Amino acid sequence: MSEGTDNTEEILLDVRNLTVSYDGIPAIKGISFQVKRGEIFTLIGANGAGKSSTLRALSGLIRHGGEVIFSGENLRGIPADRIVARGLAHVPEGRGIFGNLTVLENLRLGAWLRRDRRGIQADIERVLDVLPRLRERLTQPSGTLSGGEQQMLAIARALMSRAKMLLLDEPSMGLAPKLIADIYRVLREVHAAGTTLLLVEQNANLALGLAHRAAVLETGEIPLCSDSATLRASPEVQRAYLGA
Amino acid sequence: MAYFAQQSVNAISLGFLYALIGLGYTMVYGVLTMINFAHGDLFMLGAFVCLLLVTFSPVALPFPVLLVLVMAIIGGLGVLIERLAYRPLRQAPRVSAVITALGCGLVISNVTLSISPYSRAMPEVFDDRYFNVLGVGVSLLQLLIIGVSLALMVGLDVLIYRTRFGMALRAVAFDAKTVPLMGISVNRIISLTFLIGTGLGGAAGMLYGMAFPVISASMGVLVGWKAFIAAVIGGIGNIRGAVLGGFILGTVEIFSVAMLPSTYRDLISYSLLLVILIFKPYGILGRAPNVKV
Repeated sequence: MSEGTDNTEEILLDVRNLTVSYDGIPAIKGISFQVKRGEIFTLIGANGAGKSSTLRALSGLIRHGGEVIFSGENLRGIPADRIVARGLAHVPEGRGIFGNLTVLENLRLGAWLRRDRRGIQADIERVLDVLPRLRERLTQPSGTLSGGEQQMLAIARALMSRAKMLLLDEPSMGLAPKLIADIYRVLREVHAAGTTLLLVEQNANLALGLAHRAAVLETGEIPLCSDSATLRASPEVQRAYLGA
Repeated sequence: MAYFAQQSVNAISLGFLYALIGLGYTMVYGVLTMINFAHGDLFMLGAFVCLLLVTFSPVALPFPVLLVLVMAIIGGLGVLIERLAYRPLRQAPRVSAVITALGCGLVISNVTLSISPYSRAMPEVFDDRYFNVLGVGVSLLQLLIIGVSLALMVGLDVLIYRTRFGMALRAVAFDAKTVPLMGISVNRIISLTFLIGTGLGGAAGMLYGMAFPVISASMGVLVGWKAFIAAVIGGIGNIRGAVLGGFILGTVEIFSVAMLPSTYRDLISYSLLLVILIFKPYGILGRAPNVKV
């Protein structure tokens, strides 16, 4: 809890004392952090630090202890399929693309809760303008896309819900540097369009370059949390995560 | 030649029935990767529900009304079974759910047996007529079976490949864990799948009872197994595969009876299953499961 109480900006996501355990073994040991509306926040940490578990708890995929307050509402006990409706969209680890559905169908599923057909069509067009590769493959089964294209599709699909906030689980995983740069360009555009981002990354360099603020997650705890520049300069972070 | 044509008509109508039942197995397998072994008994119950409706209805119910009622009752029962018996075991090993399904099937067939220990004659739902088309005898009933099955299958195909529900169903089949992130309730999709899948099984039971009008509590066992074989031959989990498998099995059965001693029928259909599984372990239209990273 390095955040002061003096901030007057609106808190969009307030995580208080979050705990997650698997078969009684604690994976997240009571972490707290806040994400302000309109910012990019990142959780960095090694494999197994609990990054994915945190995101899965936030979007209701796994049970958790503690409080998750999103947009002023406590999400405790709300099932995953109702949390999306509140404006919190999750781009899961490994992309979670439905490979047997076409690219277009994946996008339509992302807009499942919306009833405004025109708005959906307009959003599909907008997404495809930003990601022209997807337009060429619109009617292909999405399983035939390359890894980078699948990641683009996963982000596009989450945007189709008109989420206030995106949870991104290692969007750079397994991609070539050129594709990672593309993904991060898209994330910047998404953020510029007004979406708050909570990004989880193993690649601390990348994430700290994009985010305004960051927290280090280590074996289910947050030892450090501050603005990205400070974190970058911290000797511990340099040694452990930036390979300096 | 006329004999061949005659047998073909028989094969087609039997194939359609196997396909209708097989669809229930394959749809449930598609979303839950579980064989619903109670499906054959729900099929049997479809015939009995039809019998009850015809016997106790104060007014003569026309065929379409009967069909819709049977489908709704059996489909509803399928949803109930999923809700009460399978859903609590969703996270348990698959084997537990499969054993539970076998148990549900035994309960259904034995309750039916205790109420109706003897075979029953299925009353005529409508006046059957026979046509002579170029020397081939075709009954109105056969045409009805073919027509109704075809309509249900086309309807199902449209539902699965052209509607929102179908899109969600295919997504659940591919990766149920990610589906909630789209705002879709997986439980609702699974309930609807059971409603449709077992509803089709009920319709098949009613049509089967009309075609072979002696119905008994045990009829679901053999026919259910055969439809299951049809679904496996086609590639379990694959909708079009179940239809293809139904036709192959129906054709093989009718022609083996037509050309060989009729007692060879089941031997030949089960052998067919073995041979196909040796060369196509996932069925004709089935694919090896995706290895997810």
